[in-house]
Amino acid sequence: MVDKKGLEKLASSVQKARAKVPPVRALVAQTSFPYRAPTTPLTVEPKPEEPTLLGHYDSDWARKLPARYARFFLTEGMVRPIIAGLAQPERKGLDRLADLDGPVIFAANHHSHIDAGLLITSLPEPYRHQVFAAAAADYFFDTRVKATASALVLNAIPIERTKVGRRSAEQAAGLIDDGWSMIIFPEGGRSPDGWGQPFRGGAAYLAIKCGVPVVPIHLAGTGRILPKGKNRPKPQRTVVTFGTPIRANEGERSQGFSDRIEAAVAALADEATTDWYSARRRAASGETPTLAGPESGAWRRTWALTANRKKPRTTTKRWPDL
Amino acid sequence: MPRPGFVLDVDKSTPPILFHHGEGFRLEKLPADRSRVIYPGEPLEALDDVEQSIQDALLHPLDMDPLPELLKPGMKLTIAFDDVSLPLPPMKRPDIRQRVIEAVLDMAAAAGVDDVHLIAALALHRRMTEDELRHAVGDRVYDAFAPQGALYNHDAEDPDNLAFLGETKHGEEVEINKRAAESDLLVYVNINIVSMDGGHKSTATGLASYRAIKHHHNVHTMEHSKSFMDRHNSELHHSNWRMGKVIADAGVKVFQIETTINNDTFGDALPMSVLAKREWEWTAKDRVSFIGMQQGLKRLSGPTRRKIFQAHRAPYGVTSVTAGAIEPVHEKTLQHCFDQHLVEVEGQTDILTMGLPYICPYNVNSIMNPILVMCLGLGYFFNMYRGKPLVREGGVLIMTHPTPWEFHPVHHPSYIDFFEQVLADTTDPTEIEQKWEKQFAEDEWYRHLYRTSYAYHGVHPFYMWYWGSHALKHLGRVIIVGGDKRAVHRLGFKAASTLNDAFEMAEDVVGRHPTITHLKNPPIVMADVK
Repeated sequence: MVDKKGLEKLASSVQKARAKVPPVRALVAQTSFPYRAPTTPLTVEPKPEEPTLLGHYDSDWARKLPARYARFFLTEGMVRPIIAGLAQPERKGLDRLADLDGPVIFAANHHSHIDAGLLITSLPEPYRHQVFAAAAADYFFDTRVKATASALVLNAIPIERTKVGRRSAEQAAGLIDDGWSMIIFPEGGRSPDGWGQPFRGGAAYLAIKCGVPVVPIHLAGTGRILPKGKNRPKPQRTVVTFGTPIRANEGERSQGFSDRIEAAVAALADEATTDWYSARRRAASGETPTLAGPESGAWRRTWALTANRKKPRTTTKRWPDL
Repeated sequence: MPRPGFVLDVDKSTPPILFHHGEGFRLEKLPADRSRVIYPGEPLEALDDVEQSIQDALLHPLDMDPLPELLKPGMKLTIAFDDVSLPLPPMKRPDIRQRVIEAVLDMAAAAGVDDVHLIAALALHRRMTEDELRHAVGDRVYDAFAPQGALYNHDAEDPDNLAFLGETKHGEEVEINKRAAESDLLVYVNINIVSMDGGHKSTATGLASYRAIKHHHNVHTMEHSKSFMDRHNSELHHSNWRMGKVIADAGVKVFQIETTINNDTFGDALPMSVLAKREWEWTAKDRVSFIGMQQGLKRLSGPTRRKIFQAHRAPYGVTSVTAGAIEPVHEKTLQHCFDQHLVEVEGQTDILTMGLPYICPYNVNSIMNPILVMCLGLGYFFNMYRGKPLVREGGVLIMTHPTPWEFHPVHHPSYIDFFEQVLADTTDPTEIEQKWEKQFAEDEWYRHLYRTSYAYHGVHPFYMWYWGSHALKHLGRVIIVGGDKRAVHRLGFKAASTLNDAFEMAEDVVGRHPTITHLKNPPIVMADVK
């Protein structure tokens, strides 16, 4: 049984203790610099803030040991199950990478945000956890949250899409020289209509600059999971086809090498929708269909795209819904 | 593009200003509308390729033949270099002295020069330890020369190894290191951290004896050096220039190499980097680091704090390397120093404030004793001007420093006796000079410690006191905030607990509502007072 006198004593001591603690508002009001942010003197021109986002984002922290461990667990514990559930990937051509040694550039076509995750989880060891992604600075690094997430999950570095960014190129080359492999989507952005876009010269330039091979990769089906303009993913089967690593020839310029990379990805696309031998024969006779699709009106491009599908849609809904 | 230094007029929006306070810091709010703060310039761009710049300087010297042409087989070559008092704080490896000396030695080796000596030009400073020598010249040079006894500290009290070269027209005796004097070529490698360094002073003081140094390290010279950071108005430099002429006339051929460094004292890494930032630009990260550093330092013992600060190595960038004849080289070097340090200031002030840091030229790897506090404040910081002193005649100087009653018994033995005996008697520089100097300068025990241990010369604390004699004569009062009261009183100054108390005390001397100027140093800033 609790003594009434004891309770009163307790209440009074609690009250006394509360009276001793100043209210939070008073505490905040009392704080001064350096506990509070400084004010700028009236006569001083405030220093222009140094940009820390977009192409200026410093992602070095993402290659430090704690971030690498975190990324390992994120890739294997979160990204891989999600990709397995959404994309059900079939991976072809991994045997073509057996003789690779040292850093390489993985260049793939680009349809969807899911491409990077699919590609990273499809890479064989030791590349899977020793790779960085070149990501569009204006999209992935425009806010601190997106930039941090991109750097942590994809080990992404910002690449300027609209101008030639010397800083981005030097950073990428530095990382390749340090033994990191790179994932890049040479089209510079996701496909707007399911067909490919011309390859830009960045991958070829870096491969020549760093003297490393390029592995062409074709991703099929991701455009139907999360195409540009959609927010909700729809599970679909996907095929990831790795091509034979190619190197720049002696004295080859980056535009010529870039064209060869694009042709190699186009040949892989052909291989994914037909069969390897047919694709090789068309490649030999210069008849490989381009990634960009037919030059015609929008509906005919869509028509041609659906005609290229190797497998029928697997998620046809029954109607009426019984 | 680095921003130059500037003068901030303090208003109500000005945040508290960072004051150095020995191995700690204070944030002080200065009165609005009558205070100003002189901020140092940001670090100038460093040379892209230091090695190439050294080569260029040695191969294209000013008013002298290229160094390789001066090097011949069978010649006597001596390389002298600045001692541990430069730069402050010590620079990260590789030290610029090492890089220059290695380049000189490469050329000497190519020319087949066998007789090479390297001498730390320390005048009456303490001898450098092996670690300090290795830091300055690098392991490669140390291991090649020290074991043969060809790399050593200058000894200003060794009668067998000093050469008397003559007298100036003012009767100043010139006596320098015999090996340097008798060499076919003397190469002097300088680090000109401030405009006081270098020129003829390198050889005429750095390699001289007490007999020679006493002619310019005295009260009269210091009181007439206004300031000794402004060579053309410095009696100290005039005397050294006169001695330089005697040295040249005696046939000593000096190939002068002067180097300048930028203001990158604290680097980019927190928490030290915050010390170089302007307070209103402190980010949240800076503030958290600063608070952490402050709280951490408060909980540490004095010796631990000292150890941490003394371990700091500055990532200075080298801004120039100039070689050749002493005078043209020095004029070019001065310009590089002024480019980094000079800030134009309009008019004098009633009260000058300064936050004294943990280091001065004479307590590297040592203790900043009260005499060095006086020397740093009244000697060095007060003299960081060109034109007129920052504070008006009869004005007040307020310094922040803990001023502990502590001495390094090995490095500063004569300082202890000077503090206990001389300052207890008088603080007047002239009286001290006349009554006490000779006794300390010629004391056999101090001489022995200077020559064989790591002690500053017996006369050195006197020079520290003389160094501040111009300020002592000029000022109406000196107040130390946060200092040990007994030690401050022994120095002849007033002690205050807070800066506001100090301002109150200063008003007794300079009247009500005085103007206040704060010299925000380090990084180094020098006022060009109009």
